[in-house]
Amino acid sequence: MLDLVILSAVLVVCMGIVLGLTIGIVAKVFEVKQDERIELVEEELPGANCGGCGFAGCSDFAKAIVGGTATPDQCPVCAEESVEKISKILGLETEPNKVKKVAVVLCGGDKNNAKFEAGYNGINDCKSAVLIGSGVKGCKYGCLGLGTCARACPFNAIEIKNGLAVVHPELCVGCGKCIETCPRNLIKFVPETVRIHVFCNSPEKGPAKKKVCSVACIGCRKCWKNAEENQIIMKGFLARVNYDFPPPPEIVEAAGCPTGCLRRTDGD
Amino acid sequence: MPVTVRLFRGGVHPKEGKELSCSEPIRTAPLLDKYTVILHQHIGAPPKLLVKNKDKVRKGQVIAEKAGFVSASVHSPTSGTVKLVNCHGPAGSHTPAVEITSDGKDEWDDYVKSDPDWEQLDSNECRKRVEQAGIVGMGGAAFPTSVKLSPPADKKIDNLILNGAECEPFLTADHRLMLEEGEKILTGASILGRILGVDKISIGIENNKQDAIDKLRETASKYSVEVIPLRVMYPQGAEKQLIFAITGREVPSGGLPMDAGCVVQNVGTAAAVADAVRERKPLIERVTTVTGKPVCNPGNWKFRIGTPLSKVLELAGGIKKQPAKMLLGGPMMGMAQYSLEVTIMKNASGVLLLDEDEIAQFGSQPCIRCGRCVEACPMSLMPGTLSQMIESEKFDLAEYTNVMDCIECGSCAYVCPALRPLVQHMKRGKAEVIANRK
Amino acid sequence: MAEGKKTDIKLPDPSKLIVSSSPHLHNGSSVRKIMWLVILALMPSCIMGVYYFGFAAFRVLAVCVISSLIFEYIFARMMGRNNDWKDGSAIITGLLMGMLLSAGMPWWVCVIGCFIAIVFGKQVYGGIGFNPFNPACVGRIALIIAFPKMMTTWVPTRFMDKSFFVFDKSLLSPEKIEQIKGMSHLPFFHSVIDGVTCATPLGVVQTPFKLGTATEQLVGTVTDWQHVWQYAIGNIGGCIGETSAIALIIGGIFLIAMKVIKWYIPVSYIGTVAVFSTIVHFSMSPPALPGMVYQVLTGGLLIGAFFMATDMVTTPMTCKGGIIFGVGCGIITCVIRNWGGYPEGVMFSIVLMNALTPLIDRVTANRPFGKKQTSKTEA
Repeated sequence: MLDLVILSAVLVVCMGIVLGLTIGIVAKVFEVKQDERIELVEEELPGANCGGCGFAGCSDFAKAIVGGTATPDQCPVCAEESVEKISKILGLETEPNKVKKVAVVLCGGDKNNAKFEAGYNGINDCKSAVLIGSGVKGCKYGCLGLGTCARACPFNAIEIKNGLAVVHPELCVGCGKCIETCPRNLIKFVPETVRIHVFCNSPEKGPAKKKVCSVACIGCRKCWKNAEENQIIMKGFLARVNYDFPPPPEIVEAAGCPTGCLRRTDGD
Repeated sequence: MPVTVRLFRGGVHPKEGKELSCSEPIRTAPLLDKYTVILHQHIGAPPKLLVKNKDKVRKGQVIAEKAGFVSASVHSPTSGTVKLVNCHGPAGSHTPAVEITSDGKDEWDDYVKSDPDWEQLDSNECRKRVEQAGIVGMGGAAFPTSVKLSPPADKKIDNLILNGAECEPFLTADHRLMLEEGEKILTGASILGRILGVDKISIGIENNKQDAIDKLRETASKYSVEVIPLRVMYPQGAEKQLIFAITGREVPSGGLPMDAGCVVQNVGTAAAVADAVRERKPLIERVTTVTGKPVCNPGNWKFRIGTPLSKVLELAGGIKKQPAKMLLGGPMMGMAQYSLEVTIMKNASGVLLLDEDEIAQFGSQPCIRCGRCVEACPMSLMPGTLSQMIESEKFDLAEYTNVMDCIECGSCAYVCPALRPLVQHMKRGKAEVIANRK
Repeated sequence: MAEGKKTDIKLPDPSKLIVSSSPHLHNGSSVRKIMWLVILALMPSCIMGVYYFGFAAFRVLAVCVISSLIFEYIFARMMGRNNDWKDGSAIITGLLMGMLLSAGMPWWVCVIGCFIAIVFGKQVYGGIGFNPFNPACVGRIALIIAFPKMMTTWVPTRFMDKSFFVFDKSLLSPEKIEQIKGMSHLPFFHSVIDGVTCATPLGVVQTPFKLGTATEQLVGTVTDWQHVWQYAIGNIGGCIGETSAIALIIGGIFLIAMKVIKWYIPVSYIGTVAVFSTIVHFSMSPPALPGMVYQVLTGGLLIGAFFMATDMVTTPMTCKGGIIFGVGCGIITCVIRNWGGYPEGVMFSIVLMNALTPLIDRVTANRPFGKKQTSKTEA
């Protein structure tokens, strides 16, 4: 009995050694030369495969970086230090002051303050809902709140709060996946440092907007008057923060937006 | 003549509900104070606006002109003063429109007058008059009629089919029109036949409208039009199904009826063509059924284009109780409305109110693959499978599985036990495929 | 216009209107209705089963239904589909599971079977609509592999006549015969007596055939009209639900009449078995296997053909596909019955064909209207 056990143990060990050696030899003989830097770069990448860089996943991107067809700062997700590390691996120079961009949904009309003109019965998806009666929300430019962007976000940074999509800037890595999912084009990329936004996207006339939404930008220009030139851009009845030259956060208090459409995102 | 009943594949047979309004004669709506005429009422390019604020227009005057080949002119429904507005369109979006405040005189423009010599006109002149009258398909699709009447030279048209199937439940506008203005429809048919140079003209009518079949048969032979009874089955009135039922030809996938040598026109369109050619009247009014259980007095009305739904329902005596849905068009393909500002357009065959217990309540259950949609689909597609593909955003696969052949008739969703909004899935899929092709 | 009249004309309140895609009508069918109709159609054979096997059968059915519902509730909720259990499909799976078991089955075997059926047959794939295999078949196959002895041991019905050739050899144990002597039939509440077993008609015939010991006399006996009548009413050993042919046919015709299932799967399935067995029957001289009446009425064919091969989720959608599916099931069933390792092959055949369903669906897709039938080229 015992000898049988020993024999099988020995056999298994021998087999393991022989096979292991064979594999090792074959691997050496048929080795495909791969730049070891690819692996190093990939380690520094976030590994979320979000596709924000325009490549099919992080390893593809790593190959592109090493191959020279992409630069590390194309990754919208990586922290600055990772970019630096990657650059060091490759011996590249990077601009140190790259500002991280995050997404923001420029609509403030949730279920309480925007008018829904009728009930909707259909697919729980914004892109499908706009095909039916252009969405039942009174404002034809506002967030439908069915969460197509939230489902598209690989980082769970978008939350549907009372029928309105809200981006959590601290979770958002700026991969940009949500932007094209919004049939109303409400999601915009903004520098992370700018924390004040005009939460409205409707180009309609002030009174028409007020009829369907209590937090719309009615085009009163109070913020525009209180800001320095070009910090707020007026487009008809719609004020816009100039993200290249943002107004100071204090402008929210100074302007006293009558509908509360100009808001800070760090206050609450 | 033997009673032939023609068939096509698939289809459903919803409760007809036509008894509510089928015996109500067509009434002409009184002149209103105000009409809001939407400019873009048809498939194709939006027309070019010709008037400006505070202009005075006369009844029948062109207020927006055909712009492009596939387009149609729009005319003023009465005489009065113009105001340019944005109004709530039937598709829900805000769309440019012309509001005309009536001056009460209701004066026709000069060019509108009866032409006693119309029978001497050649086909080009007839076609021009149809084009000038801004006639579009009045069955629902609103495809400009003049385009259908100008087939490219390489397409040989040998069949003109008049669509009197009216397969949509509840609607009776075409039925009443055939009963009351059969003569006009047949005249229109012969004019259309002349324009196209077609000898074979048939008019397909579902055989639940026996009185209309009998009525038209009395005089049809005089106009050399054949009246063909059709099986009662939705969507018998869909162009492709109608052509198949009458001629046995299949319109090739992605093609138009002219690819099968046919031109299909709604009976209402034919009547409008007769008016346009004989009396030079533009298309400014149409017969519309106002019906549904919640409506006090269901009936058939001749409304001017631009009559708002609030007035339409007022004329029908208002409602008995709050409906769950308000539709423009029939219950199978019509569009749900949520504003009383929406106005009657050239293709509005009905205004329908539905009770809560009648309507489809869509859910988000998964497909159980029962295959009822496959059986019901008149285009022989796999709606359930397609909806799953579209749900998972596999639009390439959906295109390969022929989503573009869907005619959105709604037969699949009508029978779906999982209450899936299949037509909405199809709409989404088609929209994405079209966007991808660009 | 008449201003006075306006006041009493009511117009709809737009904010209470519902907006949805067309069509705005529906024929009123629902998944739940379909499921309850199937349950209703299963009732005749359940009642016959309980009548013949007594309270023991009722106990098995009840355990299966309740445990299926509980598993469905727990696992559907775990996967975030809170309302799945309400549609009644778990009741059907439970009922079918119970109907495919012997009345003498211990409760824990029932529970294990239902667990496998619901969890591994359905929920792991994403619940109703996504399961590739019929859940009840999966459960039953798992049990027959796990407990082969138990799953091929059957209890006699309460009214079994000991003179019938098919049954008497199962009542061999003399003391057991003693125990039930003097009773014209077993009492309803004590219908299962430990150690008293019997064979199924199929087992009686197919096992000797495979061993090469079948005789013409045996075949002649099992197909005389007296026996056939017993198969029809269900006074035979076997699973609770698969015994009474009449009850199953009534249920099946009810489902076809109510347009819940399509005729073509059951008809092609049963037809194939009938044709196949007739050919086999007459190709052997002397016939060692009984003919089509016997093959169709006994075993799980009817319950399989009417209730399991017609499960919508796991079977092809088109008519053509359905017929292919039915014929395939029929052939596999006969092959397993006659030459396979088990006396019965219905469950295996259905599961095997379930696996082919996506392929069948693909091949038999209807030609879209207006499309020329061209050879499909994959991109």
